[in-house]
Amino acid sequence: MSAITDKPTRINQLDALESESIFIIREVVAECKKVALLFSGGKDSAVLLKLAEKAFYPTPLPLTLLHIDTGHNYPEALSFRDKRAAECGAELVVRSVEDSIAQGRVQLASEDASRNAAQSVTLVDAISELGFDALLGGARRDEEKARAKERVFSHRDAFGSWNPKAQRPEPWTLYNARLKPNENVRVFPISNWTEIDIWHYIARENLELPPLYYTHKREVVRRGHQLWPVTHLTPPRPGDRIETLSVRYRTVGDMSCTCPVESIADNPEAIIAETLATSISERGATRMDDATDEASMELRKREGYF
Amino acid sequence: MGAPDRNPVRPAAGTDVLRFVTAGSVDDGKSTLIGRLLFDTQSIPSDQLVALKDASRRRGRGELDLALLTDGLEAEREQGITIDVAYRYFSTTKRHFVIADTPGHEQYTRNMVTGASNADCAVLLVDARRGILRQTRRHAFVCALLAVPHLVIAVNKMDLFEFDEKVFRTIEKDLRHLALELGAPDPIVIPVSSLLGDNIVTRSAQTPWYQGQTLLEVLETVDPARLDYAFRLPVQRVARQTGTLAIGRWHDFRGYQGQIAAGSVAVGDEVGVYPGGRRSTVKAVYAPGGEVSRAGAPSSITLELETQIDISRGSLIGSIETPPQESDAIIADLCWFSERAYDPRRRLLIKHMTRTERVVIEEIEYGIDIETLSKVAAPESFSQNDLGRVQLRAAKPLAFDLYRENRTTGAFILIDEASNETVAAGMIFSSALQG
Ligand SMILES: Nc1nc2c(ncn2[C@@H]2O[C@H](COP(=O)(O)OP(=O)(O)O)[C@@H](O)[C@H]2O)c(=O)[nH]1
Repeated sequence: MSAITDKPTRINQLDALESESIFIIREVVAECKKVALLFSGGKDSAVLLKLAEKAFYPTPLPLTLLHIDTGHNYPEALSFRDKRAAECGAELVVRSVEDSIAQGRVQLASEDASRNAAQSVTLVDAISELGFDALLGGARRDEEKARAKERVFSHRDAFGSWNPKAQRPEPWTLYNARLKPNENVRVFPISNWTEIDIWHYIARENLELPPLYYTHKREVVRRGHQLWPVTHLTPPRPGDRIETLSVRYRTVGDMSCTCPVESIADNPEAIIAETLATSISERGATRMDDATDEASMELRKREGYF
Repeated sequence: MGAPDRNPVRPAAGTDVLRFVTAGSVDDGKSTLIGRLLFDTQSIPSDQLVALKDASRRRGRGELDLALLTDGLEAEREQGITIDVAYRYFSTTKRHFVIADTPGHEQYTRNMVTGASNADCAVLLVDARRGILRQTRRHAFVCALLAVPHLVIAVNKMDLFEFDEKVFRTIEKDLRHLALELGAPDPIVIPVSSLLGDNIVTRSAQTPWYQGQTLLEVLETVDPARLDYAFRLPVQRVARQTGTLAIGRWHDFRGYQGQIAAGSVAVGDEVGVYPGGRRSTVKAVYAPGGEVSRAGAPSSITLELETQIDISRGSLIGSIETPPQESDAIIADLCWFSERAYDPRRRLLIKHMTRTERVVIEEIEYGIDIETLSKVAAPESFSQNDLGRVQLRAAKPLAFDLYRENRTTGAFILIDEASNETVAAGMIFSSALQG
């Protein structure tokens, strides 16, 4: 540990967010029996994991890392996931949508259809198999309309369903994590962070991320205001013009439904500058499935989505 | 008036955050006001703006209806009302903002309570045509009850009166009188048109008679600082390091983890552990960034003490000069949240900071008639959204401060032990006389 530093009593917004998140993470671990942190290797879950490490320092992380692998993840994200899991010393459990498909628990419209919705089934199965009563997730309220009303402690029934009307009020910071058997609570410690806060934190803490988040050359096709990556899951359509551009990902999700943005930013500060200058939202720029359906997130959440 | 032609606003590094709650009666123009605030501060991403224009046209609401921006969940749209608190974020060069947008519908007092509980400031809307409504009175009352430090009232739709000063002054006078009557902070009253943007972000040319600040200017400058209270650290958990892993510095490590609720603490300070008041000295303080010699609210810290005393989740570590009160019997103001009315046969728990204990409501002293805001002697029960004052007795003594002195250590929720539902929010008014 470095030299003792004096800290002013007034703390700035990023410190306040950090302390709020640590408070929430500690509440979950204190009130619940078996806690998992959903870790995909994406930037929000990387921030969440860092906050969890800080929350319990200098003692070991009292939680399990859980990843629901859609089988459509970028290999760079998976190797980062494994590396970070090994570093932090917590157990990493991976459950895959492929297995759910093989078991007939999930039926996809087609082989390369988006597995975003399908992962709800695998997630709910993993929760009951492993007996988790609390799951920490990196969702933020600024991402999407249905998230703006999400509680920090989001109560789910045994089927993982979210019922907007049955959510518990959260005055002050008095979270109610009491559960009946087989129920679970999804907890969002970074609810109040925005995309720009995440990048400020990554810069300040010098957090490592998968290289996909920084500029790299990639073959893409322009569709509307989005750039669709050329992958085996999203092959070019007849007549498409393939371009090789300098791009980066703003979110690293399922390969079949996440788009990169044009960028030459190769470090967090450059990304902050770009994010402040851009006027398009994170989801708008990057998610193939959301542009079409305003209510799609709300629907997925009712079905047990995170 | 369109969006002002200037560069999108940028938060400066190290700026602070203001949390404010918005409330108004249905149709007073709250959605339009929030949409206007976000639009004029260039906080709406371009794709959402496109979606907003589409939705406006689709639903026959003109080119751009800013009210649709905050339009909520499908379940809400079906009923045509907002049912839940929504949180929104934006920033300017001066500050970061968190809006707790609470629904206007009468039956959702509980959401106003939730939104106001963490707010540094409340923005209430009044429709210039309708003046002060029952809802306005109720919202101001809740702000006073929840001890929201600042009150701003936007008198909206001034465009319908050609920005007539007389209309505004009459309503303003009534509002000041109302705040005084309810014990709410003296309000900042602003004549606005959310529809046209007057005095929201840009100063209106239509109100030369108004010398005050725009709504955004007020929000950028009100002081969110709390008073400098005595040190309070509710203990969330005890971190222990034992076994073979624990070597050197961390041998036999025992750290008390929590978020500082008030004041600050430094290495060498003598502190008390409440309830009980046993004392020890601070050996080390760990903040999220590492070891520090002093930390203050709202930092989440780990505290090491010189001596090992019995401390567990629910203990309150605090100042010895200004200790908290201790009692198992308290008098408190309640807002009943549950759809199920209060039933004395059901078992209740109190969650007060990090402590959960069994509790009973020994007596309902009075209820508040939400129509007249007058006291109703000893009602039998509470229904959803009812407010009132009660006497509680907890199974074990609690260490607390009065809510008006500390909004963290003076607040609690009640939980139904069988259903696990959060049934009420409470604010400690005083300790009850023993016996
Ligand atoms: N003339 C005028 N109409 C307004 C103003 N603000 C809102 N409105 C209209 O009042 C109605 C209700 O507004 P809305 O924002 O949906 O109200 P809410 O129910 O309080 O959220 C809508 O038809 C708005 O266009 C204003 O400043 N002037």
